[in-house]
Amino acid sequence: MRIKMRIRRFNPETDSSPWWGEYWVDVEATDRVLDALHQVKWYQDGTLTLRRSCAHGICGSDAMVINGRNALACKVLMQDVGDVCQVEALRSMPLIKDLVVDMEPFFAKYRAVLPYLINEELPAAGERRQSQEARARFDDTTKCILCAACTTSCPSFWANEDYIGPAAIVQAHRFIFDDRDTAADLRLRALNDVDGVWRCRTVFNCVQACPREIDVTRAIGEVKLALMNGGD
Amino acid sequence: MAALVESIYKGITYRGAEGQWAWILHRASGLGIALFLYMHIVSIFVAAIGPGPYAWVHATLYTSPPAKVLEVFLLFGVLYHAANGMRIIIIDFFPTLGKYQRTIVRIELVLVAVVLVPAAIITLHSLF
Repeated sequence: MRIKMRIRRFNPETDSSPWWGEYWVDVEATDRVLDALHQVKWYQDGTLTLRRSCAHGICGSDAMVINGRNALACKVLMQDVGDVCQVEALRSMPLIKDLVVDMEPFFAKYRAVLPYLINEELPAAGERRQSQEARARFDDTTKCILCAACTTSCPSFWANEDYIGPAAIVQAHRFIFDDRDTAADLRLRALNDVDGVWRCRTVFNCVQACPREIDVTRAIGEVKLALMNGGD
Repeated sequence: MAALVESIYKGITYRGAEGQWAWILHRASGLGIALFLYMHIVSIFVAAIGPGPYAWVHATLYTSPPAKVLEVFLLFGVLYHAANGMRIIIIDFFPTLGKYQRTIVRIELVLVAVVLVPAAIITLHSLF
């Protein structure tokens, strides 16, 4: 099948603003958008710049806006994009070049929620045991791959880039509800900020955008309730 | 201002689902209700000028045919804003219901329509 790729291009050294480049590619129905982008880069225009690493939906580096919706280029099949596939960089992130955005502000928010296990006490028997029920409490939010598809699909984030965003809240949820962790209060304090969890307007774009099918809004809701109840 | 315009552009061009459109309509109806309230306060204030201007303003703003049509829009705005606000509150207090949010949006619109249609018929009846 022959598909037209519309790619939003931007080179900071030569362009004053982004523009749409159009390329025709021959692809199989079961090829992915990433394969089509490779065709453009490898055989038509080597200056096309994009991020990708594992190409199998695990590393989260090729999140982009595909036909108006955030997704991983390595997970969307060409048979699902129609005759024209429009691709652009994630929104509301500093644009570096073509499909590459600066992820540093995103990771700064990730670091702000202390995304690691904090427990100063030594484990009693050489390791910290956890029941299956306690592990299941935060199972959903362990699946996050930090691709930023959720945060950059969020209208609250478009309106205010200081909003900590769904991804950081999901990461906080993962540790707040881990019964081995002892620093839930620190994370909840960070999320109780004016640009914290309360900026969520339950729009559900994040749930729709998440390539790992995490129930993001539910996680955010549980953090809101934890704050209302004064802890976890 | 540029940031606001850009934010609106992103909201319109992003292919979100029911939740996004429910949110946009919530904001639009909220703004509409706020504008109406300002207009209402000003129209009441005209009473301070005198009964003549007050009667004229009220006849123009509230009983003229275009005003009746706008009244239906106002009714929709108030009903929708209230119903959608309830949906948001319910999901905030019961986050597990989030997975049914598309159904909840549809139920909400049906409830709004059930109240709006007869109310609109009553409001617009005098025009026909």
